[in-house]
Amino acid sequence: MTQHMMLQVQDLSKTFTLHTQGGATLPVFDGVNLAVGAGQCIALTGASGAGKSTLLRSLYANYRPSSGQVLVRHREAMVDLTGAEPRLQLEIRRETIGYVSQFLRVIPRIPAEGIVAEAAVAGGMDAAQALDAARALLRRLNLPERLWSVPPATFSGGEQQRVNIARGLIRSFPVLLLDEPTASLDAENRNVAVALIMEAKAKGAAIVAICHDETVRAEIADAVFDVSAFQVAA
Amino acid sequence: MSTLQPAGSGAQFHSIDGVYNFAYLDEQTKRMIRRALLKAVAIPGYQVPFGGREMPVAYGWGTGGMQVTASILGVDDVLKVIDQGADDTTNAVSIRRFFNRTAGVPVTEATTEATVIQTRHRIPEKTLREDQVIVYQVPMPEPLRKLEPRETETRKMHAFAEYGLMQVKLYEDISRHGEITTTYDYPVEVNARYMMAPSPIPKFDNPKMHAMPALQLFGAGREKRIYAIPPYTKVRSLDFNDYPFEPQQFEDPCALCDAKGVFLDEVILDDKGDHMFVCSDSDHCRDRRAEGHMGPRAREAAEKGYGADE
Amino acid sequence: MSDAPLLEAEGVSHTYAGGQVGCADVGFTLYPGEVLGIVGESGSGKSTLLSCLSGALPPSRGRVRFAVRGQGMQDVFKLSEPERRLLMRTDWGIVHQNPRDGLRMSVSAGGNVGERLMAVGARHYGDIRSEALDWLGRVEIDAERVDHLPRTFSGGMQQRTQIARILVSQPRLVFMDEPTGGLDVSVQARLLDLLRGLVRDLGVAAVVVTHDLAVVRLLSDRLMVMRQGRVVESGLTDQVLDDPQHPYSQLLVSSVLQA
Ligand SMILES: Nc1ncnc2c1ncn2[C@@H]1O[C@H](COP(=O)(O)OP(=O)(O)OP(=O)(O)O)[C@@H](O)[C@H]1O
Ligand SMILES: [Mg+2]
Ligand SMILES: [Zn+2]
Repeated sequence: MTQHMMLQVQDLSKTFTLHTQGGATLPVFDGVNLAVGAGQCIALTGASGAGKSTLLRSLYANYRPSSGQVLVRHREAMVDLTGAEPRLQLEIRRETIGYVSQFLRVIPRIPAEGIVAEAAVAGGMDAAQALDAARALLRRLNLPERLWSVPPATFSGGEQQRVNIARGLIRSFPVLLLDEPTASLDAENRNVAVALIMEAKAKGAAIVAICHDETVRAEIADAVFDVSAFQVAA
Repeated sequence: MSTLQPAGSGAQFHSIDGVYNFAYLDEQTKRMIRRALLKAVAIPGYQVPFGGREMPVAYGWGTGGMQVTASILGVDDVLKVIDQGADDTTNAVSIRRFFNRTAGVPVTEATTEATVIQTRHRIPEKTLREDQVIVYQVPMPEPLRKLEPRETETRKMHAFAEYGLMQVKLYEDISRHGEITTTYDYPVEVNARYMMAPSPIPKFDNPKMHAMPALQLFGAGREKRIYAIPPYTKVRSLDFNDYPFEPQQFEDPCALCDAKGVFLDEVILDDKGDHMFVCSDSDHCRDRRAEGHMGPRAREAAEKGYGADE
Repeated sequence: MSDAPLLEAEGVSHTYAGGQVGCADVGFTLYPGEVLGIVGESGSGKSTLLSCLSGALPPSRGRVRFAVRGQGMQDVFKLSEPERRLLMRTDWGIVHQNPRDGLRMSVSAGGNVGERLMAVGARHYGDIRSEALDWLGRVEIDAERVDHLPRTFSGGMQQRTQIARILVSQPRLVFMDEPTGGLDVSVQARLLDLLRGLVRDLGVAAVVVTHDLAVVRLLSDRLMVMRQGRVVESGLTDQVLDDPQHPYSQLLVSSVLQA
């Protein structure tokens, strides 16, 4: 591989132990190895429940893998995200890994443009500039201007998802994790989202995406990674 | 008024009726109070607790001041008692009588003649001397009390000189009234250390406390606290840079003695609202008139041929 | 990562007279600007721990160290009482569950906020007042209420006044004990959102004790789950809430709807 290595998953496994269900264990995947280079996009595939989201969340240290490592290039060095101190995990999220979740987690009282701008401010942009960038992005995603100053709690699924995409893509994260970024979008907005993702790739982002939509997948992904192949027989 | 002669004399003095010890308090109690006084003098502005005794008057009538006076009074002393600047109010008269009877010391209304001056609400206008002691009657010794009711907490505030809260009180004054409206019992900082309630004297008198040649003693009967300002001690009235401390100012002079820069009381002359401002320190006023000074009212009266103060 | 720690707890334990365990063997390191949430059922030792951390209750064992300005890490309980009290008025702040414990009810809102400035020697009324106004504005209290007594305020306003009173001294560390307890849900949301904004803008570190998982989800970067005085699990807030490992954490998370 000639590309600059950004993300390297080594022998990763995840098993949930459900203590509230009498300690039942729920193995999801085992022995996952995956490498993603700069400017590359890998699409995770597999049936519903195969563990795509679980894997993606593990790459963000949102879920804690049972074993294995997630190495990420952070400040020029490969760092083990899984075993890192909380402080370093936070720093990696702040600087290196962006994550667009399947659903927007709304924050009470913060307007759509504020949610998007906040992400840019967290990356060091000044507030006024961030707000301009946020508005430009929301405009591009065809979110009606009257909604910009409204907290997204009352938005439709597609509107919320556009806010979510804008929030994740307003900065140029070196590593991007996308969970169904286009699922609830109409054709026009799907195209905008795809264009944004392609721009991120062009800037060198290493991307791992879950996306059921085969046309979108074909457009953005350089390779697919079937999570089902790592499922543990129950 | 001339000095009253003692009813008895000499160190073996016993009170007139032979029932009470000299100056009422027993020697044991006086020694205890004197120890508290010594400590108070050693730590200017610091409130020293003492085991107060019951006095034959109710709290609020100067029992704290009386206990201090009783403990420092000697047979050679000459006592003056004032209340709001006057020697002839009920309170002043009865305290004076009390000591005249129980200690037999001479009493006086003349500030210059007195060696011990017990006061409620004023400091005499005449600068006090090194050989004089002024004893203040204190109703509430804790300047922080109104804002911090917990005694344990105010004690720590004093111990660690945490006095921001006192400033809050002045802040509240200005925010509510546009100026510092505290005019009595205006808090002071003593010797650049302890925050102190000067007792309800007008803030007009605050500057007199600073570097006063006389020893200043404070007694709070109900709260059982004694504190002191030794002679020539720094006393600073609290304020803000943009709202500096300002004592009351009176435009006109005393209507009777023409004194300027003294604290004046308003006297209502008739039911038509005629009034005049005269010295609150009646001894001072009398002296000045005796020296021939004449205020506008006095002059008017003299021209008409009768005395204005009669 | 070059920043030095701000607060360090090591093996902090407190046993009450009578043998009741308040907290046991709690350790963590807090860095400038970080918000640490502490959750657990009532009686799990959250408030005991908070008292130990904030210098109010000497732990029976263990130590708490704080990066005192110009002095480096200092054992909080080896500071002299005046030094500790000075910290309380300057670099630390406590947001009490009951605003009555954190406000002077007989002093105006402006006076409450200005007190910390005066405590460190501010003696210019105009400056103190304009700072108080500024801070009341930041916590969304109308300028015209500046001279009103907090007892004429709603619970939410009192809580916000309490926060302004603390933040005015630009503390580096704020302890919050159930900051939204006792407030209506809508008022809670507003307060939380305000706290979140302030904490972010000012870069102040905080330790937030609550039994409300929504509060920590919104405010804290990191989370500790306590049970019977012990920390049973800790990690990034979303880790602990989304993928809880310990049986008790799982129970806690599963017993609330959508935190
Ligand atoms: N936090 C959790 N606690 C316990 N079990 C979980 C948790 N998250 C996921 N699981 C379980 O792990 C398995 C994989 O779920 P996951 O959400 O990763 O699937 P997916 O491939 O993303 O599915 P879909 O395509 O439906 O989104 C499922 O059995 C799910 O119930
Ligand atoms: Mg999924
Ligand atoms: Zn006169």
